[in-house]
Formats: sequence, structure tokens, C-alpha cells
Amino acid sequence: MLRFLVRRVLAAVVILVLISAVTYVLFFALPIDPAQLSCGKSCTPQNIALIHRNLGLDKPVPVQWWDYVSGVFTGRHLPLGNCPAPCLGLSFTNDTPIWSTLMDRFPTTLSLGVGGAAIFLTVGVGLGLLSAWRQGRLTDRIASAVSLLGQSVQIYFIGPLAIFLFADRLGWLDAGHDPDWSSDPVGSLSGVILPCLVMSVIFWSNYSRQTRSLMIEQLSEEHVRTARAKGMGSAYVFFRYALRGAMGPIITIFGIDLGSILGGTVITESTFGLHGLGQLAVSAVLGTDLPMEMGVMLFGATAIVAFNILIDACYAFIDPRIRL
Amino acid sequence: MSVPTQAAGRPEPAAGGAADGQGGPGRARFAGRSPRQLAWARFRRDKVGVVCAFVVLLYLLIAACAPLITKLYGENAYTLYGQDDNLLNSFGMPVKPNGGMDGTHWFGVEPLLGRDVLALLVYGIRTSLGIAVCVTVLSVVVGVAVGLVQGYLGGRTDYVVGRASDLMMAFPQQLFFIAFTPVIVALFVKPGGQEPTWIRFTALVLVQFVLGWMALGRLVRSQVLGLRDREYVEAARLAGASSVRILRQELLPNIWSTVLVQATLLLPVNVTAEAGLSFLGVGMQTPTPDWGLMFQDASRYFQSDITYMFFPGIAMVVFVVAFNLLGDSVRDALDPRTVR
Repeated sequence: MLRFLVRRVLAAVVILVLISAVTYVLFFALPIDPAQLSCGKSCTPQNIALIHRNLGLDKPVPVQWWDYVSGVFTGRHLPLGNCPAPCLGLSFTNDTPIWSTLMDRFPTTLSLGVGGAAIFLTVGVGLGLLSAWRQGRLTDRIASAVSLLGQSVQIYFIGPLAIFLFADRLGWLDAGHDPDWSSDPVGSLSGVILPCLVMSVIFWSNYSRQTRSLMIEQLSEEHVRTARAKGMGSAYVFFRYALRGAMGPIITIFGIDLGSILGGTVITESTFGLHGLGQLAVSAVLGTDLPMEMGVMLFGATAIVAFNILIDACYAFIDPRIRL
Repeated sequence: MSVPTQAAGRPEPAAGGAADGQGGPGRARFAGRSPRQLAWARFRRDKVGVVCAFVVLLYLLIAACAPLITKLYGENAYTLYGQDDNLLNSFGMPVKPNGGMDGTHWFGVEPLLGRDVLALLVYGIRTSLGIAVCVTVLSVVVGVAVGLVQGYLGGRTDYVVGRASDLMMAFPQQLFFIAFTPVIVALFVKPGGQEPTWIRFTALVLVQFVLGWMALGRLVRSQVLGLRDREYVEAARLAGASSVRILRQELLPNIWSTVLVQATLLLPVNVTAEAGLSFLGVGMQTPTPDWGLMFQDASRYFQSDITYMFFPGIAMVVFVVAFNLLGDSVRDALDPRTVR
């Protein structure tokens, strides 16, 4: 287990270092001047020189990048201000450390991601189980139709409709606001329910289809047949034997989907006017706040890689054949 | 549901005629059918698939013939009808009910700017579909090429390219698209300078393509790995065929069906991704008509003008449903073993 973790973490670090390098080069080494970009239309040569000095752009690119990466661990003293330990630089727009802004926004994105994932796993896998249980019958068809429709709508289409219907007209749910779990857990929950529900819809179909075919495959396996032949109840075999076999691949798919979940939260935040990482990335781009964009990107990549390791570790609990 | 079908229904006779002409000969033949003919025959028996093929064709026609459609319809996508003809109230909302639908503006007028919704939608589909088709074609070509070479050569090439594509898959896609579209635009345009529409179009195609080809590449690679050591490939190699010939004549035809299915499934994904970027405000920019921009606008005004949301929304749902079902049908038709 320890060896597995060490190996995975090392691989993750390599990936993250490479991502940071590629991103850095794309942002700061292309024949575009970030100073020009951040300076905007009303730009004087003095401003540009100032920005150059503040960003350390007078040094060669590899040195700049190394300063950036080592700053993440040691903190930096930048001309514009102090930047404590997990230093991802200072924002162009308001000179505050990127890290504190990220920490400020992350709870919203995490709540959406976790809540959305919990809902789509429940609904998607549930629909798939239902289809497999009632294979070929009407229930199967209805479940398939529901999941196809889920696959075909967009968050930016059903989001406003859901607000209009459930929040404005019926008043059942909150139209969505940023959660603050420590001071107002109940209000936070009601604020993220509708966004999480809307976000989960687009993921239903994939999980229900995969679950259905995996379950059908599992149910024809020999150990399942043996269990049935021993006289075990069909429900017991269905959940204890077949579902257990199907869980592994479902978790793999979930691991692949982590990036899409992050992408989904970006659109959801924008649809519901929540202030998470996605909204931060968009506003950073519109305000050409390069260090902020870079920070969000690295943070997102790190989150995905970290969750992936977690998921791999989960295999061991579900499939006893896997030794880590 | 009835509205888009009605509007979309006009060019149908032309499309139907063309497809009938294709299917006519070969019906009464008995022996000697190629796999392609068999697949075509299987596909034609699949009613859902055929209907979806027509719908998809219709969207492609709408995109291709947008100028013709607006010309016949009589309104265009840039004139601010709402403001010129006093169709908007002082809040910028359509005066007439249901988003200002009437005999002249069938789908109503846009809030605030007051452009014609039908013309906007037709041109928006054109922009979004254009970008998505470019992304899909580029991704498929590069994905297939890389996958073929990777699988065929194996060894160090396979390893290096494989790790590179791993790295690219580790990027958070949506954040990458958001962050790098302006970077690419800035490559071509001086800050503060005029930005022609085609540059943003190219930038959107490029960012989506850069992270779009890996999945297909991997699939092709795994298929080629399975095919590489088959007898007929070895026979070709022994007969002195060049690598290029083996790739093109022996391997490519065998992965063609996989590629076709994947491309069919990739296109709607790319359309919704492009629309998503424009929705977020980092894709196409007003006044260029774009599917995603319509959603952005609509989500701003849905509390007072919900009708405006439905036209782009339902059009997109129909489009994605048709493409997904078509993908399934193509898969079933090409693979005789699949039983649904």
C-alpha cells in the first residue's frame, strides 16, 4: 500500500511539474508580452517596464519558472508584496496572493463537484441497476430514455429553466448561492442543491448505460450462476455478487470523468452565478490576470491528480483481488 | 418540440430525394455484397437511424445554407429590428407576448439588441457547427495518424507519444480552453487592435483540437496493436510492402468503422463544448451570431423572456439526440455482432 502510494504520488508530481512548465511556457514565453496583455488598451511604456520588473520578466524563462515553482514551497518576496508559503504569485488586478483567493473559492467548486457526483452516481447507477434488473421490459426502456435525454441537455439550457421553474415559480428550492459550511450549514445545503441536481443530469446517461451493460455481463458470469444454483435469492445475488463485480469498472469511469466534473462545475457556476474556481478562471481571463489563470489551472490539475490517486486506492477495498 | 421541426422541415424534400437516389440501385442484387454494402443495408433497416441521419443532414444543410435561408425568410441576423421597429419596451424586452413572435419574426426578437431570433439561430448553428466540424476533422485526422504510427511502430515511439498524450489528458480541459483561447487570439492580434472574427474562430478550433485527439489516438493504437501481428499483415510485410502501404491498405480499412463511430459521437461533444465556451464569455463574441452566445443572452433575460431560451435550447437537444442515436445506429450497422 505504502509503495503504491509513493509511486503514484511521484508520478503525480512529475505530471504536475510538466503541466506547470507547459502552462508557464504557453503563458510567458510565447511571442506575446504578458505585460502588454495585462496592461490593456491604455498602456504606457512606464507601465510595461513596471510590470516587467514586478513579474521578474527580465530574467530568462527557465529561471522565472524555477522561481515560480520553488515559490510554491518556500514563499516569495515579490516587489508588489509578500507572498507566503504556497505562493502562486500575486494577482495582476488586486495584488493579493493567488493562494488565498483560491482557498476562498474552492469550497464552492468542491461542494458542487462532490454534491453533483453523489447525485449522478446515485441516479445513474440506480437507473442502470433498474434497467439490468428489468432487462428488456418497459422499465428498462423508460430508464434508457431518461438517460438519453439527460445526455442530450446542456447545463446552460436546463439551469435557467430549473431556476425559473423550481425557484421563481414554485419556490421549492433556492436559486443557488455560495455555500459557507462553517457558519450556515443548512443554508449552504439549500443553496447548492439545485446547482448540483442540474449539473448531475448530464452525467446520468453514461453511468446508467455502463452500469446496465456491466451488470448484464456480470449476471451471466459463472460465480453468479453458481450462487443462484445454491438457492440464494435473486436480489441478494444481484447486489452482493453482480454489483460488486460491476463496481470496479464504474469507479474507473468515475476517475476518467473527474476532469469533466471540474468542467461541469465551471459551467454550473456560471449558470447559477456562483463564485467558484471556474468563475474565477473566467473572470481572470476576461481581466487578463495571467498569474490567476495559471494558479487556477495548476490547482485544478492538482485536484484532479489527487482525486485520481484516492480513487485508485479505493479499488483495493472493492476488489479483493487487487493488491496495491 | 413542434416549433424547430416545423422550421427545420423546409429543406427536407431536397435531402430526401438525394438519399433515395443513393439507395435505389443495388436493392435487387443477391450475391457478392461487400461489408460496406452489408452495413448500409443494415443501417437502412434501422428506422431510428435513418430518421436521425435526416435530422443531422438537415442541421448540416441549415449551417451550410444559412445565407440562403435568411434570404428566403427575409430577415437577417445583424439588423436590430427590435430597436428600429419599436418591438422592444423601455427595458429592452419584446413588447409582443412569447418573446415577440409574429408573422415577420417567427421565433420572436432578441431582448435588448432586438435581432431576429430565427436568423440568429440559423447563423449561430452555422458558427458553432463550423467550429465543431473543423475540430472534429482535425482531431480525427491527427488521432488516427498518431494512433496508427504509435501502434505500428511500437517500442520507444509508442512510449514517448503515449506519455505525451497522458500528459495532455491530465490537463483540466475546460480550464485549458478558457485560459488559452485569449492567448492564441493575442498571438495574432495586437492588444487593443481590431480582432477579425476568423481569428477567434481559428483560436477556438486550435485550443479544442490540441486536447481533442488523444482519446481517439489511444483507441486506434489499441486496435492497431491487435491487428499488427495478424497473418495478412505479416504476409504483406513478407511480400515486401512498405510501411506506408501496410498502414494504408492493411490497417486503416480495419479501423475505419471505429473511427467513423467515434467521429459521429465526437461532433456533438465539440458543438456543446464550443457553445459552452461562448456561453462563458470566452468563445465567440457579440455581434457574431453563435449558438452558445444565445444561451448566454437567454440566461441573462430568462426571468422576463423565457421564450428566447427555448429556441436555441430545443434546437440543441434535438441536434444532440439525433447525433447520439445516429452514432448508436452506425455502430450497430458496422458491427454485425452488436445486439441491442
